[in-house]
Amino acid sequence: MSPLLSGVITFTLGAYGVAILIALWRMLRGPTAQDRVLALDLIYIIGMLIALVVGIRYTSDVYFAAALLIALFGFVSSAAMGKFLLRGEVIE
Amino acid sequence: MSADTLPFWVEIIVAALLILSAVLTLGASWGLIRMRNFFQRMHPPALAYVGASWCVTFASIIYFSARSQGLQLHVWLIIILLSITVPVTAVLLSRAALFRGRQVGQPGMPPALHPRTAPPANDGGR
Repeated sequence: MSPLLSGVITFTLGAYGVAILIALWRMLRGPTAQDRVLALDLIYIIGMLIALVVGIRYTSDVYFAAALLIALFGFVSSAAMGKFLLRGEVIE
Repeated sequence: MSADTLPFWVEIIVAALLILSAVLTLGASWGLIRMRNFFQRMHPPALAYVGASWCVTFASIIYFSARSQGLQLHVWLIIILLSITVPVTAVLLSRAALFRGRQVGQPGMPPALHPRTAPPANDGGR
């Protein structure tokens, strides 16, 4: 790992951390429930990006599978919460 | 080619894509703070869903392809999965916001195309 790429990856991970903190503020503060669900979905996607970037950092394929699973669970949880907000129940 | 040295232009491309994804993600969450109501707030996360994930995926594909001297396209699955699932979430959340806004009587909500005169039949096993 060259110093250029290592520094850039550190900066990117730091930016992702700051973005997660900002979205977390919206999730804790958000006036309505769908705001919180939207912020949680964004946090899931940023977590997936963190897994991908860490996979580049350590040159490993395991993090790719983790990122795929995070994306999948993020979709399932957001869809379930959206469905719950729409109907009041998840499975009709 | 040894395992630890990459061509310099590959590193430049990967670094530029990673920095672009960082900037896009910061813009997405900053927009989530700045926008005023929920329907405006639905737009900025698309920067992260599309821009940042495409940038990181291309960076990952280029990096692993340059290391292993073959095309490594498996990270492309992330883009395919996201482009299928993100619109579904967006439609569900916007429908939920519309429904809840109408129920509360929030001003500015568009009227329903087929207004219900009677409440829907509610016999589904409650």
